[in-house]
Amino acid sequence: MALRTPLKDHLRETHLFTSRALVALVGVMLLLVLVVGRLVYLQIISHEHFSTLSENNRVNIVPIPPTRGLIYDRKGVLLAQNLPAFSLEVIPEQVKNLDETLAELAGLVAISEEDLEQFKKRLEQKHPFEAIPLRLRLSEEEVARFAVNRHRFPGVDIGARLTRDYPLGELGVHAVGFVGRINEAELQSLDATNYRGTTYTGKTGVEKYYEAVLHGQVGYQHEETNAVGRVLRVLERRLPAPGQNLYLSLDADLQWVAELALTGKRGAVVAINPKSGEVLVLASLPGYDPGAFVNGISTKDYQALQDSLDQPLFNRVLTGQYPPGSTIKPLLALAGLEYKEVTPRTSTFCPGWFSLPGDEHRYRDWKREGHGTTNVRTAIMHSCDVYFYDLARTLGIDRIHKYLSYFGLGRRTGIDLPGEAAGLLPSREWKRAARRQAWFPGETLITGIGQGFMLTTPLQLAAATAMLANRGEVFRPQILRATQATSGGELMMQAPLHTAKVPLSDPANWDVVIGAMQDVVHDPGGTAKGINRGLAYHIAGKTGTAQVFGIKQGEKYKASELAERLHDHALFVAFAPVEDPEIAVAVIVENGGSGSGEAAPVARAVMDRYFSGKPGL
Amino acid sequence: MSSDYNLTRLADRRHRRSLFIRGLNVDLPLLAALLLLAAVGLIVLYSASAQNNDMLIRQIIRLGLGFTVLLVLAHIPPHHFERWTPWLYGLGVFLLLAVLVMGEIGKGAQRWLDLGVIRFQPSEIMKLAVPLMVAWYVAERPLPPAYKALLVASLILVVPTILIARQPDLGTALLVASSGIFVLLLAGVAWRWVFLVGAALAAVAPVLWYFLRDYQRQRVITFLNPENDPLGSGYHIIQSKIAIGSGGFYGKGWLNGTQAHLDFLPERSTDFIFAVLGEEFGLIGILVLLAIYLFIIARGLYIATQAQSTFTRLVAGSITLTFFVYVFVNIGMVTGLLPVVGVPLPLVSYGGTSLVTLMAAFGILMSIHTHRRLLSGS
Repeated sequence: MALRTPLKDHLRETHLFTSRALVALVGVMLLLVLVVGRLVYLQIISHEHFSTLSENNRVNIVPIPPTRGLIYDRKGVLLAQNLPAFSLEVIPEQVKNLDETLAELAGLVAISEEDLEQFKKRLEQKHPFEAIPLRLRLSEEEVARFAVNRHRFPGVDIGARLTRDYPLGELGVHAVGFVGRINEAELQSLDATNYRGTTYTGKTGVEKYYEAVLHGQVGYQHEETNAVGRVLRVLERRLPAPGQNLYLSLDADLQWVAELALTGKRGAVVAINPKSGEVLVLASLPGYDPGAFVNGISTKDYQALQDSLDQPLFNRVLTGQYPPGSTIKPLLALAGLEYKEVTPRTSTFCPGWFSLPGDEHRYRDWKREGHGTTNVRTAIMHSCDVYFYDLARTLGIDRIHKYLSYFGLGRRTGIDLPGEAAGLLPSREWKRAARRQAWFPGETLITGIGQGFMLTTPLQLAAATAMLANRGEVFRPQILRATQATSGGELMMQAPLHTAKVPLSDPANWDVVIGAMQDVVHDPGGTAKGINRGLAYHIAGKTGTAQVFGIKQGEKYKASELAERLHDHALFVAFAPVEDPEIAVAVIVENGGSGSGEAAPVARAVMDRYFSGKPGL
Repeated sequence: MSSDYNLTRLADRRHRRSLFIRGLNVDLPLLAALLLLAAVGLIVLYSASAQNNDMLIRQIIRLGLGFTVLLVLAHIPPHHFERWTPWLYGLGVFLLLAVLVMGEIGKGAQRWLDLGVIRFQPSEIMKLAVPLMVAWYVAERPLPPAYKALLVASLILVVPTILIARQPDLGTALLVASSGIFVLLLAGVAWRWVFLVGAALAAVAPVLWYFLRDYQRQRVITFLNPENDPLGSGYHIIQSKIAIGSGGFYGKGWLNGTQAHLDFLPERSTDFIFAVLGEEFGLIGILVLLAIYLFIIARGLYIATQAQSTFTRLVAGSITLTFFVYVFVNIGMVTGLLPVVGVPLPLVSYGGTSLVTLMAAFGILMSIHTHRRLLSGS
């Protein structure tokens, strides 16, 4: 090869070429073998792997979210429903001139700068065959106006999506609750599979507690798609199972009366059917509009609700913990009778104050001049403090704690709503653990009139009152009355949950206390005599006031001098009819001052409504 | 001319053939293989284009044009090509410069020259002009080429290659360069030179990296690790591998390729049509295709060895091997053996210019074979 010939040697060149051509052919063959080897690897050895990939490529599994169950009151009044929300949607690839179309649309439907900005942002992110919302929440008029002109806008259409709607607005908001967008934390706890495609979840109230029942089961659609996600056809479909409808024990009519009676005030009303535990009224005021939360509330609006002194977001019924005040007295009287420390005839002299032996401190009665000689009946009727100071001292904190426990104080009632507070029923053990202090005898006295450490929620008070009305039979408070698998289908009634019985050796003692409570309302000397005018049925009740802060010894309490928010809370518990109780009510009016003046009329209003138009079903 | 023409017939062509075939100046086995290939291509294209009749008809028209060019060139005796070679080459270089200067941007690359009526890529001319020119230059001198001849020949192929690579069109540059290199290899360049140049290229490869454009670098990176960017630049390779792999041994059947029909496979009618074939006809279909290609290459090499002048020998050999480079680079790219380089699968991929160029090359090949003079001896 190194030899260089100046002349062309054709024979040699031909040989050289032929050998090179042969080398080339061998090279070609070798490379083809390499290619075939590669293909064998792809098509034979890795065939299964690529088959799976190919299958996944082709079929997209798209979740179909279920329709959320509806919520009704006991009479079938709609409390929560799903309404189609209309939005104006544009499919860019079907629109010839986008700018022109947008300009023309603006003539029909109000389109803000913000809408346009959002639209342009989405335009860049989405595929041209996907519908992009231009305006959300169209009014009916706008929908109609566009519908008439639809033919002018190919590629523009009205999109409908179901959103949660609360037709009664604020009414019963603390019971029904609301739904909102699923947040990060909820995403962790929710079943990811079932919530694929769901954007809302219950945030509070029944909506939260019965989320699993309301939500339903997600459905699927196997869609054949191309690489950019355009759906070519639906291969298979498993329809979602819609959520169940809920019928609450709540009576929207009574609820309305209760909320109306509390309008402009802060407070709570709970009404329970003692015979079943069904909650008829669950009102906490002020309320708020649940609809504002459904599509995401603005930070500013939320801050306003949060910062409001009236605390509209605060569910007073479940989480408001107040000293029960004198409303505790009937239960204490019952304890005294049960432990045989007093009889109906046992009397105590009330000089207007009480003091423990060897102690200068005077525990005052609310009536400075005193009630004179009192027994169980008059002590409840006039709400004499001294009688109950004495009784509490006799009983001692241990027995008080034990007996009040029977009525569910210091414990969650177990109602089917989220976030319930337990209240506080003090005991020696509690004080040692929480305060690292021994129990003082004076604390027993003020516990006897429902002050001091003791805290109850309005729901607990209503539940305890229901137990009393039911003569010790305890039903767990329940807000769900029935479920319904499909609209128009059969109602599955919730059975009342009988949980316990308050032990009482002598049933006659119920009559003593209940009789005294009837006198509170019906006796001319009763503290709640103000509500007995024109009563067609008998109410047994008990007023109460709860101190917001302590009054110093020797100071005279003048309501007018205190800032309004430092006034006593006004309380009233009652049930009716006394002979065969159907409704037990607890009312608290924050800073209402007087239980008889502020709280009792609310209870009467609810009961009047109840007995004038008795709840159906 | 006619009597002269008949005299130039080879004496050993003893088989009875119709005058018509003889008059066509074609190599029947090669033409049959090319027609078979075109038919296979149309069948696959019908499926790959989602049964788009318009595309099919356009491709048939192109094939018709291509075969017409083939037949026309087959009629022209090879010595004419030899005479035109320097002019064609010169025109090609001029046009490439023109494209660089005033070429319009098409597909992000300056490849097209708008001549008012038609737009065409001057680099296509170079696919023929470079092997012709190198062969023309080398054939004049004793073989194997001397240093000086080698240097000039290298210059002849490097200049257009660089101009095309600047456009930037790496695929065509590669094909053009290899067509010239094949001429030199077939001319008998010493192997030590081949290895030396190979080693030198491997050494400057890292330097070359800095001259690559971003998308070219991206292609190399993607080639090295396609899973790196499955929705971006690695997408082509991943999807075509899925298509081919899921085809298995027997394939999913004609028109049943899900990858291709659901738009997962990009460029499925053009550069990636091999994947459609692999998906729908499986390994069996691919082996049939490869057999046809191998037959064409073997036939081309046979024609080259039978060629009578050094020039025609070198040209025929180079055309055949360049054809193989098309096949190998395309299949290598689609199966993930090579980086993504825009090279069509000859006669199967949908597309115009390169098809016509290819058929022109085969026309020259046939001309070489059918215009042999009777030789004494050998």
